[in-house]
This record gives sequence, structure tokens and C-alpha cells, in this order.
Amino acid sequence: MYGSDFEDPETVGQPGASALLDEVESAERDLHEAAARTVATGGSTGPGADAALQDYFDAVIAADQKIEPRDWMPGAYRKGLIRQIAQHAHSEIIGMQPEGNWITRAPSLKRKAILLAKVQDEAGHGLYLYAAAETLGSSRDELVELLITGRQKYSSIFNYPTLNWADVGAIGWLVDGAAIVNQVPLCRCSYGPYARAMIRICKEESFHQRQGFEILYTLARGTAAQRQMAQDAVDRWWYPSLAMFGPPDSDSTHSEQSMAWKIKRFSNDDLRQRFVDMCAQQASVLGLSIPDPDLRWNEERGAWDYRQPDYAELFRVIKGDGPCNRQRLRHRRQAHEDGAWVRDAGSAYAAKQAARRAGKRATEQVAAA
Amino acid sequence: MTTVDELLRLGDDALIAAQRLAEWCARGPEMEEDVALANIALDQLGAARLLLSYAGERAGTGTEDDLAFLRDDREFRNCLLVELPNGDFAVTIGKLLFLSVYQLARYDALVDSADDRLAAIAAKVRKESAYHVDHGSLWTVRLGDGTDESHRRMQSAVDELWPYTHELFEENDLRPTWLSTVEPVLAAATLTRPEDGWAPTGGRAGRHTEHLSYLLAEMQVLHRAHPGARW
Ligand SMILES: [Fe+2]
Ligand SMILES: [Fe+2]
Repeated sequence: MYGSDFEDPETVGQPGASALLDEVESAERDLHEAAARTVATGGSTGPGADAALQDYFDAVIAADQKIEPRDWMPGAYRKGLIRQIAQHAHSEIIGMQPEGNWITRAPSLKRKAILLAKVQDEAGHGLYLYAAAETLGSSRDELVELLITGRQKYSSIFNYPTLNWADVGAIGWLVDGAAIVNQVPLCRCSYGPYARAMIRICKEESFHQRQGFEILYTLARGTAAQRQMAQDAVDRWWYPSLAMFGPPDSDSTHSEQSMAWKIKRFSNDDLRQRFVDMCAQQASVLGLSIPDPDLRWNEERGAWDYRQPDYAELFRVIKGDGPCNRQRLRHRRQAHEDGAWVRDAGSAYAAKQAARRAGKRATEQVAAA
Repeated sequence: MTTVDELLRLGDDALIAAQRLAEWCARGPEMEEDVALANIALDQLGAARLLLSYAGERAGTGTEDDLAFLRDDREFRNCLLVELPNGDFAVTIGKLLFLSVYQLARYDALVDSADDRLAAIAAKVRKESAYHVDHGSLWTVRLGDGTDESHRRMQSAVDELWPYTHELFEENDLRPTWLSTVEPVLAAATLTRPEDGWAPTGGRAGRHTEHLSYLLAEMQVLHRAHPGARW
């Protein structure tokens, strides 16, 4: 998922970034290898009797192989995955808005092109993910309906506004950065179509993260006003990005089952720590400061100590009271409604074409007879 | 040798078209269309950058960014068609079809230009234009021959935009070529080809519609607020 912040209860100086990409690649290799093996208990032909279905499912999970769309799976596994993948897809689509806000004002043609391509990638991510959810039996139309009626959530990070150009950099660096940390383990998720979508998406997200880093790097070395812009953006995006990993493990509800099913593989706090460790090093390369007076290296733990985000704020945003919740949803709903006549025209035209082809075939058959 | 003005006409058409298409981002009628319109915007932006860089070098007037962000509306040489607001999806598709058929004919001709650099740009960009023509044609036909509502909207878009197409041919004789593509598309779409008549003009001389100044205000605001900054 984009973040876990929507559930109720080698590059120049980017330390840590290439390690994540290596993990994506190793997940991809393992995926291919696992596909070549057969499950020990199930034999090569898969399950026979109905009673063996659960055993077979458990064996596939235990062997780190993938569950595929036609395999039997527990109802709760299917339901949970649909929800998670859909919410991830919604996040990609809603996530187009905050950055899309700066495309028409991008300060150079090169930056405009990069940003436009990035936002386009996010639309592509949304499309793969809806397609992955469809393999579990929920149509995209249904899922989009759940989004625009507010019955399913998207990552809360996108309910914050983009107030200056540096926000585009901060989103790339921090938000895409957090998304990668969250998503790299999902490249090993037990559900095949989701794992494969994540491998593809993670590779693109790492470009986004690098581009964001570059924007901030350039601004931090620019005029006083540019530098101030960059620091302001990092100051505003830091804690919401930390909150993307969701509530602390002590309050996190249904993650045990997800762990057992190998959908989730690390706890919220583990991933958050990993993100902080990566950013703390990168911030010093950027020459920007992270707005946390408690941030310091802890020799004993071999990790950075940091201040937790304000989880009360996270819950307010999840409940709908963030700065932009209403605006983001209204925008999505408006685009959907404004496009209805176009989608109707597309289906009407396709139906006419099909009827014409059928009519032509009938005429040919009559002529041939 | 090509004139700098000709490079600006081509480059500004592409730039302003890209800016308008980018306004659709996250507003498309379906997600696939968000991807497709962004693709076309990226193609136009890429072409604009090549053409404006070349124009700036030739005239000694600076970089692509100097030309895009520091000229005023009276210095832009784009046709009026591209600066018109997006309107509904039918208007956007009408603009796309009319512009891309024109651009394809222009680039096809420029491939043989004695100006090697322009010929190379045209050779690269014409393939993209061909895709834009396909996309514009496909949607014109779908909307024209879709529902009553889409037919009505597409016909009104074509009627509204038709006068602006005359300006495209003020400095060339490509209108017959253009018509030979556009008329069959309109026919397949069950649309009526408008009568020729009113032919608004002025873009190539820097006399634009009221819309361009607003478009530039938005596009240039950040760049101009930080003179000399690098991004
Ligand atoms: Fe994405
Ligand atoms: Fe991204």
C-alpha cells in the first residue's frame, strides 16, 4: 500500500536508496525461482479434495510461493487483499492531485516535463493496481465508487496541501521515499499479481524519490528564497510522512493475520525506523534539517532516535478533517461526473460497432447461402 | 535557412498546446485518458523544448526557459487555436484533431528541409504527431457517433473551433492536405463539416485572444518571481 496511514485503529548522496532497489531486484529473482518450484505437500498438480484446499494454501504460503487468482484462498484473505490493493490504487489516483497542482507553474520546462511524467506514472500505478484487485473479483468501477463515496480510504498524506514548488521535491523525497520503504516488502507479498505489480511500481517510485531529492538538492544550493522554500517544505512534510507508516505497533489492529499470510512482513514501527534512518543520512547530504530536536544517532541501538508524529492528528485526518480531504474527494468526484458522458459515448460507440460487425456477418452468411 | 520566426511559430504552438493539455491532469474522463493526454502533452513539450532551444540559439535570445518564461504575450507566435480554453472533452478533442493534423503535415514537409537541425527535429516529432492524429480521430468518431449528447457536444466543438483553423495556413498551402484528413474523420463521426467564413487571425503577429495572457501568467509566475534562479 502507499502508506499505512489510512487504516482505522546509487545516487549522489542518497545513502540507503540503492539498498532498497537491490531488495526489489532480489524479490523479483526469488519470485521467478519460487514459480519454478513445486509445493512440497501439494505435488505438482495442486490440490485434489476440497478438504485439502486449506492445507494447500498454507503450504504455498509456508514455501514462500505465490497464491494466484485461480487458487483457493480463505475468504478473509481475499477480502483483506481487495481492500488493501484498492486503497493503494486510490492513493495513487488521489496522489496525482497535490503534485498535479504545480505542473502548470513548474519553474522550468525540464522540471515541467519530469513532473508531468511522474504524475502520469502515478495514474499508471493506479491502473495496474485496480487490475490486480480485479483478479480477486472486484471490478474497478465498484472500487472507484467506494472511493468517491468515501467508503474506502486512501493514504492520508495526500490530504495535505502543496503550498510551494519545493513541496514537489519534498513529496518526491519523503512521500515517495516512505512509499518505497512500505512497498519494497510487498514485492514479496504472497499474492502473485500484487507482488508483481509492486515490483514494477517500486522501480518507478525510486525514480520519483531521486527526482524529488534532486529538486531539493538544487533549491538548497540556490538563492536564499529557494533555500527557505526547501526547508519550509521539509518542515511541513516530515511528520505527515512519518505518519504514513500508520499507528505505533502497540495500537495497530489487524496486522498479525496479515503477517501470518505474508501480506505484511514488517511492523509499522520497524518500517518507520528504517525510513528515519535513511532520511537522517540523506538530509545532511541535502543540507536541510529535519524538524526534530530529538533526532540523534543511538550507538547502542544502531539506529536514529526520533520523535513520533502526532497520531491524534493522523486520526483526525483519517476521519476526514485534514486540510484537503474534502477538496481531494470533491475533485475526484467532479472529474468522474464530468467524464460520465464521455464514457457513455465510448460504450455506445462500441455497441454500435459490434452491432455493425454482427450485421455484416449475417449479410455475408445470407449471401453465401 | 529557416527563419527564427518560423521556429517560434512551431515551438510556441507546441508549448501552449502542452500547457493546455497539462491542465487536464487528474481531470480526465477516465484514467486511461489521463495517461493518454499526459503522453501527448509530454510529446508537445518535448518538441517545444527542441524548437525553442534552437530558436534561442539562432537569435541569441537565450535558453528554452528564457523564451518560455520571460517573453510577454505580444512576443508569442502561436496560433490562436492552441490558446483557446480546454472547454469540455469534445472541445479538447477538436483542438487536438485540428492541431495534430496540421502539425503532422508541417513536420512531414520539414523532414526535407535544407535546415538539417530542423529536419532532424521534424523527423523525430512527426511520429508522435501521427499518434496524436490517431488519438484525436478515434475520439472524434467515438463522440460524434456515440450518444445524442456526445454527438451534440462534438458538433458544437467542431463549429466553435473551425474558424480558428484558417490561421494555420496563412504561411503555407497545406489546407487541402489538412482537409483531406479532417473531412473523412468528420464524415465517419457523422458530423457536419462547418462552412468556411469568419477567420480570426493575429497569433502569428503576437496579437492574441484574451486567454493567452492568463495562461502565461500562470505558467510564468514562479520563474519570474525568482529572477536568475536555477531550478
Ligand atoms: Fe505511485
Ligand atoms: Fe510515485
